[in-house]
Amino acid sequence: MIITRKSKAYRTFPPMHDMLAEPADVAVTQLAPTQVAAAGAGLVRLSAARPGDRGVIVEVGAQSHPGGHGVDVDELERRLLEFGFVEGAHIELLHEGAIRRDPIAVRLDDMRVALRRRDAEDIWIQLDAR
Amino acid sequence: MSELALRPARVALVGNPNTGKTALFNALTGSRQKVANYAGVTVERKEGHVTTASGRSLSVLDLPGTYSLRARSPDEAVTRDAVLGRLAGEAEPDVVVAVADATNLRLVLRLILELKAVGRPMVLALNMYDIAQRQGLRIDLDGLRRELGCPIVTTVATRKRGVDDLVAQVEALAAAGEIGGHANAWREPTAPEIRAAHREAQRILRAYVRPPERPDTLTGKIDAVLLHPVAGLAILLGLLFVMFQGVFTWGKWVGDQMGDGFTALGAFIAAHLPPGLLASFLTDGVISGVGSVLVFLPQILVLFFFIILLEDFGYMARAAFLMDRIMGGAGLHGRAFIPLLSSFACAIPGIMSTRVIDNKRDRLTTILVAPLMTCSARIPVYTLIIGAFIPDRTYWGFMSLQGLVMFGLYAAGIVSALGVSFVIRRVFWRGAVEPFLMELPSYKLPSAANVARNVLLRGQIFVSRAGRIIFPIMIVVWVLANVPGPPPGATEPAINFSVAGRLGHLLEPLLAPIGFNWQMTVALIPGFAAREVAVAALGTVYAVSDAGGNPGALATQLAHHWSLATGLSFLAWYVFAPQCASTLGVVKRETNSWRWPIIMFLYMAGLAYLTSFATYHLAVALGAG
Ligand SMILES: Nc1nc2c(ncn2[C@@H]2O[C@H](COP(=O)(O)OP(=O)(O)OP(=O)(O)O)[C@@H](O)[C@H]2O)c(=O)[nH]1
Ligand SMILES: [Mg+2]
Repeated sequence: MIITRKSKAYRTFPPMHDMLAEPADVAVTQLAPTQVAAAGAGLVRLSAARPGDRGVIVEVGAQSHPGGHGVDVDELERRLLEFGFVEGAHIELLHEGAIRRDPIAVRLDDMRVALRRRDAEDIWIQLDAR
Repeated sequence: MSELALRPARVALVGNPNTGKTALFNALTGSRQKVANYAGVTVERKEGHVTTASGRSLSVLDLPGTYSLRARSPDEAVTRDAVLGRLAGEAEPDVVVAVADATNLRLVLRLILELKAVGRPMVLALNMYDIAQRQGLRIDLDGLRRELGCPIVTTVATRKRGVDDLVAQVEALAAAGEIGGHANAWREPTAPEIRAAHREAQRILRAYVRPPERPDTLTGKIDAVLLHPVAGLAILLGLLFVMFQGVFTWGKWVGDQMGDGFTALGAFIAAHLPPGLLASFLTDGVISGVGSVLVFLPQILVLFFFIILLEDFGYMARAAFLMDRIMGGAGLHGRAFIPLLSSFACAIPGIMSTRVIDNKRDRLTTILVAPLMTCSARIPVYTLIIGAFIPDRTYWGFMSLQGLVMFGLYAAGIVSALGVSFVIRRVFWRGAVEPFLMELPSYKLPSAANVARNVLLRGQIFVSRAGRIIFPIMIVVWVLANVPGPPPGATEPAINFSVAGRLGHLLEPLLAPIGFNWQMTVALIPGFAAREVAVAALGTVYAVSDAGGNPGALATQLAHHWSLATGLSFLAWYVFAPQCASTLGVVKRETNSWRWPIIMFLYMAGLAYLTSFATYHLAVALGAG
């Protein structure tokens, strides 16, 4: 499979995911404290969110596991977009599965969508202040 | 007069999944295609016809739902190709009807922008308008009409509301003919283009749709229970449990009455016809054979009643959510859930609905394990053997032992499907599993008419199978069990001299190690055509060999002739054995090669033999021989 990494001039956040270098089957990613600081408070990956977390999607990409999704990253990004995971959409994590808290069910604007945490890695959410 | 005015206008129904396209198609054309409350019900193109009030004929296409024309899976490719006129021998549609769920317009607006690029004249059907009104959703129809530049009709497909209006709008567009469309400017959108289209959709939504005054809060409340990590799983198991108890306690009672009826009918014929070939054909061939399968009709109906109720309610996507991690652990694609679930009815629609899976290996894995799910043709076999060998006991007042064993057999099917998939994905085809996104539909109260229609449809299929497949095969079996007749003065049962008897005795050594006798061997051979045929064949074989002996129900006879170990071994055999020619045929058709049906046959037969062998010897060792 050919993996094309796009250079995105307008990226708000530097692609720091390479530093995470986790084994392919780890579903839940937590940001290291330094990264949270770098990225700004209240900013989480959807894959790391907990039930009840809600906010606005600020960035959708697909760089964390190039080749690890069964499709290339550009394809995953487009699928997420077509399903409504798009910058500006309101999102709330509703439920999570029993085993390893996976998959997750979210409210995305007016619809409810289920997805696996590993495919939600590159959806960044600005959490609402609680 | 233009060419279009002379031939039927082609109309295609396009939209997101689960927006009511098929319900609308049925309302328009009077068809009875499957409608259910989850995404991915329709996986093929279906054609129907409607004649307008003015006598014009329209040819309507129902298509699989999609979020984008940028198709990724085989079902979505059908939609793309139909819209773009790429299907072999089929031009593009004259009119596209974009079907939208009026309560959820965001994604479909983006799809509509894609459809506009295709350039076909379009009508927007705002379906589920009843729900939109109940929620107090306000849509500025005139504004939206101006903005999108296409006629809009509001519809309630399930109650046939707005259908005439839709037909009239379609007809008007078709009459406008060539001037309506423009050249196709569609191409696969890039990610930035999708983002831009979303912004445009969002702008339209803001301008013309006011959020609902009474949004649906019920779905959220129900989900809080049904998707709860612990309670949700417990409820899922509980539902399955109740389903099989129901199959046994309610279904079986009616079935038993039918069985008694058939026995009485046989006795009546035997008493009033002169003994001879005709009487034997009617009692041993038709009643003992086909009748022994038909008595399972009530059980089939009960099972489908439960399944269809859950489908219409919107539970299936929740069950997929709860099972996802387990299925993913076995290497199955998330979208494999619905195909596997459909396989509870029959592996054939199950295998066909794997078209919703994009990746080839994911799809093949699902196809290969689908026949392990307990299809309804196994019900006659399971019920017969359980009725014969498992005592009819009830524990704690509600739990029937027979229902429990049935539940266990279903569980065995599921567990083995997961196991086989695990082996395929971890040993043969390693690699990442595709991303999986699934919409969780709002719950809907099942409509009694829809449930009744679908349950009856399943009943019809079952009965017509008995007529088309089982009946002809039983004639052959009956002939082979009687020809040639015994030599004069023979003391053994006549069947021992017949072709079937000899064949059974010849092949018996092959199956003796797993505890099968020659009568079972005879029954299994026609049973490769369809699973329930084995029940009918057993009925005939035992009826012929016991001629004049104890007629009685087949279950009583089996309990008399077989050991418990043999009965259990037969059950184990049926969990795995590839006893269905049409399944193999469909696998050939869907994979376009003989390779996969052959692999499927071999692995299933191998598993069946091994499990039966182990079951039989274990049971004998425990003293059930
Ligand atoms: N209340 C209401 N329910 C509807 C209406 N139209 C369809 N439904 C229900 O919506 C669900 C989906 O209907 P389908 O016709 O199967 O949807 P589809 O668009 O063909 O779905 P796919 O084939 O999966 O793409 C079913 O449960 C229908 O009973 C409507 O106008 N009002
Ligand atoms: Mg449909």
